[in-house]
Amino acid sequence: MKYLEEKIFKVLMYLSLLIVASLVISVLWSIASKGFPVITWEMVSSLPGSGYYIGKDGGFLNAIVGSVYIVLGATFIGLIISIPVVFYLNVYLKSDSRFGYIARLAYDVLFGIPSIVYGAFAFTIMIIMGIKASLLGGIIVETLLIVPILIRSMDEVARTIPKELLEAAYSLGATKIETIGVVVRQIAPAIATATLLSVGRAMGDAAGVMFTAGFTDYIPESLSDKAATLPLAVFFQLSSPYEEVQNRAYAAALVLTIIILILSLTGRFIMRYFSKNKI
Amino acid sequence: MTYRIAKDKVAGGIMTTFTFVSLVLVVAMAIGLWLKSSDVLAQHSWHDLLTTSEWKPMQNKFGFLAFIAGTFYVTGVAMIIALPISLLMSVLLTEYMRSAVRRFVYPLLDILASLPSVIYGVWGTLIVVPFISDIVGPAVGKSTSGYTLLSGGIVLSIMVLPLLISLFIEIFGNIGIDLRESSLALGATRWQTTKYVVLRKGLPGIIASVVLALSRALGETIAVMMVCGNLHIIPGSLLDACYPIPSLIAHNYGEMLSLPLYESALMFAAFLLFIIVVAFNLGARLYLRTLTQK
Repeated sequence: MKYLEEKIFKVLMYLSLLIVASLVISVLWSIASKGFPVITWEMVSSLPGSGYYIGKDGGFLNAIVGSVYIVLGATFIGLIISIPVVFYLNVYLKSDSRFGYIARLAYDVLFGIPSIVYGAFAFTIMIIMGIKASLLGGIIVETLLIVPILIRSMDEVARTIPKELLEAAYSLGATKIETIGVVVRQIAPAIATATLLSVGRAMGDAAGVMFTAGFTDYIPESLSDKAATLPLAVFFQLSSPYEEVQNRAYAAALVLTIIILILSLTGRFIMRYFSKNKI
Repeated sequence: MTYRIAKDKVAGGIMTTFTFVSLVLVVAMAIGLWLKSSDVLAQHSWHDLLTTSEWKPMQNKFGFLAFIAGTFYVTGVAMIIALPISLLMSVLLTEYMRSAVRRFVYPLLDILASLPSVIYGVWGTLIVVPFISDIVGPAVGKSTSGYTLLSGGIVLSIMVLPLLISLFIEIFGNIGIDLRESSLALGATRWQTTKYVVLRKGLPGIIASVVLALSRALGETIAVMMVCGNLHIIPGSLLDACYPIPSLIAHNYGEMLSLPLYESALMFAAFLLFIIVVAFNLGARLYLRTLTQK
């Protein structure tokens, strides 16, 4: 009897593995099979022409460049904020610090807040400060979104740094801030992985930038210009009744998927092979 | 010498401020969204807003019931689908598989976790929606467009799978090998050990993980919005359309600026989402922490 039960559940388990595997394949296949036949060089290298949204010539370079600008800006600001915070949490605070406990909890909570709420919040702040939907707005909201991810994933690794390592630095007369070189070297792979993770997250986020970055057919030239993003390009074009426009949505989805897959695979690679410097 | 110590002090001060400011962000979001929604709260009571479903912004009627119901239904369906699959899968990964085989499974989960929401939306419209309208709908004798509560639930369930599985794996990994070995030594099969030892010991953690995944699913916007129909009704069956809160905000943001009260009502929706998500999240995290500290 118990062996029968064992068998049944074993079958169910492999079935669940099969379901998950086929889902992954199904998602990737549906995007690839729709995207590859229709994608052309023109789509990824040119701006929308006149009559673009009724199926005429053009591409979605505006969305690619817009996404890249927003993600670069957000990642840069995000790193500037999060590295000092991680350093502070792990070097300045004692490991049983109450403040540290609350801070980590707060980042966990921030990590769970949906991007649409970030978008709504950032939008109200932008109204108060008199900023219109723009590249700057998009960067602000994506920064808010990725800072908790950056901090949490770097902190996870930074916590494993042996205290002796820091004490060795102190005993040589280093102040706390001067140990930053040691700490950064120890968590370097984590910084890289966290960065790639949050780049992927910021790149794929649509709900947050919807109201804060707007959408435009042009490449933004200053921080106050509106900026298009890839996920929104997919979303808007897919709702079009014209087949040519829908096809471009699939092509844009394919581009987005490829970018994300490259980022996530590189992240995994770095985590596995570059953890050698660690003690 | 004093210069170096001064530098240390200044850097410490700056970093304290950074950390403190990011903490204040949580509070600032709550206050900001609440202030924005105070206009609509001044004219309507909480009770009215939450328990009526009449939504006519032009006539100053804001009832959120249909949206709240839509949000929880679609999340509920997603969790019902995702829970058994993720439980079985994480048991398989931790209890049955050797780590050499596991190495081939983790990348799959990585891919699932990294794909953006809008890609799942595209997949949903390409695969799930036709599946519902062509196969599931006729099978139960009901004509449907395919843009339904069920489609939203299916798409959402796949999006929470990697999160659930990684949380479960962590929980099962924390359960001591000795517990399993004593059970196996008594003649229990692997599944019996799993059922009576691993799952029972891990139950509190499993519950907390589900709540955590639930709070993530509640706020999912674009993917659900693309497949769930967005009709303003309280869904009566799995094949009805639904209209979750995030879709409501995303859909109407452009047009709301003309009516101040409309904006306030949408901000109230965001505030509501914020409260629910933070409460679920905080509860689950605190609970998980006390569990792992033991």
